[in-house]
Amino acid sequence: MGQESATGMHTDRQPADRIAEGLDPLGAVLAALLAVGLLALPLIIARPNRIAEGTALTAWSALPAGQALALLAVSALAAPLLTLRIPPPLRLAAGAAALLTLGLAAGWAADHLTPPGDRYSRISLDSGWWLASAAAGLATGDGLARLRPGPGMRVAALAAVAMLAGFALRSGFWDNLSVMREYAGHADTFGREVRTHLGLALSSVAAAALVGIPAAILARPVPSLRRALLAGLNVVQTIPSMALFGMLIAPLAWIGRTIPGAAGFGIAGIGPAPAFVALFAYALLPVTAATVAGLDAVPGPVRDAATGVGMTGRQRLLQVELPLALPGLLTGIRIVLVQNIGLAVIAGLVGGGGLGVFVFQGISQNAGDLVLLGALPTVALASAAAVLFDAAIAASRTAEPRR
Amino acid sequence: MMTDPMIELAGISRVFGTRTVVSDVSLRVAAGAILTVVGTSGSGKTTLLRMINRLVEPSAGTVRVGGRDIRTVPPHVLRRGIGYAIQGYGLFPHRTVAENIAVVPRLLGWDRRRIADRVDALLGLFNLDPAAYRDRLPAALSGGEQQRIGVARALAAEPPILLMDEPFGALDPIIRGQARADLRAIQRRTGTTIVLVTHDMDEALHLGDRIAVMDRGHLVQEADPAALIGMPATDFVRALLGGGDRAFQLMALRDVDDLIEPGPAPGAPIPAGTSVRAALAESLWSQRPALPVSRDGVLLGRVTRAALEAQGARP
Repeated sequence: MGQESATGMHTDRQPADRIAEGLDPLGAVLAALLAVGLLALPLIIARPNRIAEGTALTAWSALPAGQALALLAVSALAAPLLTLRIPPPLRLAAGAAALLTLGLAAGWAADHLTPPGDRYSRISLDSGWWLASAAAGLATGDGLARLRPGPGMRVAALAAVAMLAGFALRSGFWDNLSVMREYAGHADTFGREVRTHLGLALSSVAAAALVGIPAAILARPVPSLRRALLAGLNVVQTIPSMALFGMLIAPLAWIGRTIPGAAGFGIAGIGPAPAFVALFAYALLPVTAATVAGLDAVPGPVRDAATGVGMTGRQRLLQVELPLALPGLLTGIRIVLVQNIGLAVIAGLVGGGGLGVFVFQGISQNAGDLVLLGALPTVALASAAAVLFDAAIAASRTAEPRR
Repeated sequence: MMTDPMIELAGISRVFGTRTVVSDVSLRVAAGAILTVVGTSGSGKTTLLRMINRLVEPSAGTVRVGGRDIRTVPPHVLRRGIGYAIQGYGLFPHRTVAENIAVVPRLLGWDRRRIADRVDALLGLFNLDPAAYRDRLPAALSGGEQQRIGVARALAAEPPILLMDEPFGALDPIIRGQARADLRAIQRRTGTTIVLVTHDMDEALHLGDRIAVMDRGHLVQEADPAALIGMPATDFVRALLGGGDRAFQLMALRDVDDLIEPGPAPGAPIPAGTSVRAALAESLWSQRPALPVSRDGVLLGRVTRAALEAQGARP
């Protein structure tokens, strides 16, 4: 069949084959997930207060008839489109339309189900909404990716999504959703925890880059040193984070007690110091390994020629090897940054602050929406970092073969 | 007799671990000459070349360039004065053609104007239109173009010496012939002293004023092409020469100009400068015992098949 389609012969084909050829496999799966989420699973869970048992509601019972119809109509239009081989802009539009109506439906349902003036009822998004939104989000991302966007377009798309979400949050459209109720209860600390979270993730990655890149450059040419470095960092990587915190309490507490001024920097057995050290330690291997791999990928003749034309070791490193290793290096830093934004949640465990505070409070209070208040911004930050870094990597690659 | 050699190797050896890769080699290369170093892989020819610009340090012996012991010059300073072209070309993929060619002048601190002029002059020398090629990246070039840019880069700072390691190895046979001819023509104009490493005996015979044959780290013979063909020093050299058609290899080195005698001959004339081998082939093919020879349309005389055949005799 592959051969037939390659030669473009359409004469004696089974009807089933012809239908299958018109389908898009990924789009079909996403459309199916969208349908399951909206039709078979509960969209919303409504509870009279934070701890009471909830009632799961489908789209018809969670929304006024007109709005339910709008949600189902848009999805019923988008889903069949996604299953077919359609041009990327249309795919992007179908996914984005479904995603947008799901966002609207969340706000509509919360307003519809909240009795006027009520401060205690909790309207949460349930599995159907999450599944449908994930499918619509993936379809949107897939459509965008198939447009092969340049670095500028990716950043612009991110900015558009951020502005739209920011506008919806500010306007109070989702304020009756339970996540936003939790936000209202923690609004005084939320901004600070976001800053702490980002600060921990960014500073640990920056420190890992400052240590890991020079270490990789120095150790790479010496086989024994290079093996020892990578093996040692590999061992660090295998230590579970809880165990690492335990191991850090005693030495950091000792440093905070004995070295003058250390306590002033916040160095203590618990708090931001152990969180920073742990995140730094986990970031070190990927950054170092990416630098080694990037430098290894510089072609032998290029390295030989750089020396042969009379570059000093330093000139060769700065003018030839590092520029050629840069895309690989940035890829390593991107992986580590996204990883550390997620991992920084554990700082909440040891009093280091960050969005993990909400996650672990939510777990201990059995309040799923408080967990979400910590988790959703973490996911959003990690995704935004990934998009920004991908754009930077794409920009750095334009120096390479353009054809 | 050779006075003031441009490059002099005196008893140099190189040992890697327990392996002696180059063993006690002494060689002199006259200024303006081309020395081709030929041998099988693992013969030490590349290591020998790399000891001239200190990419490899000799374990024993002395290398002099322009009469000066190269150990007295810092390696990167020495290398900026010696052109270096290699098989993979080693062009910097993130730099344009112009930036690649300008590497050494820039390291030497030439001013912008002079560098730009030099880049354009070199592109012209290699028959590449500067306007079309200057801003291209190496990935947008064919193999033959990359090879020329590699040599242009090596020649950019007008070095008195050019070291080449299998510079034509990755080219297809037709382009390779053209690249060799270009190199000879450019070398005649610039007077650059060239040491060229190759595994291809035909290439060594074609390009070299002198040929050095390396075998398992030893220099087994150093001679001019005719002497090498006529009197191979060892069985290894004979094997490299290919044994059977030495007479024809010898004929390929010589042209018909010295064999012209007055007298008539039938058919279309061959141009002066034709190799003896090509002339003999033409004589056999067209069944003419003598061929007229002309230069720029002017008839010079004729060459006889007997005179051509005599050139194949052992020297």
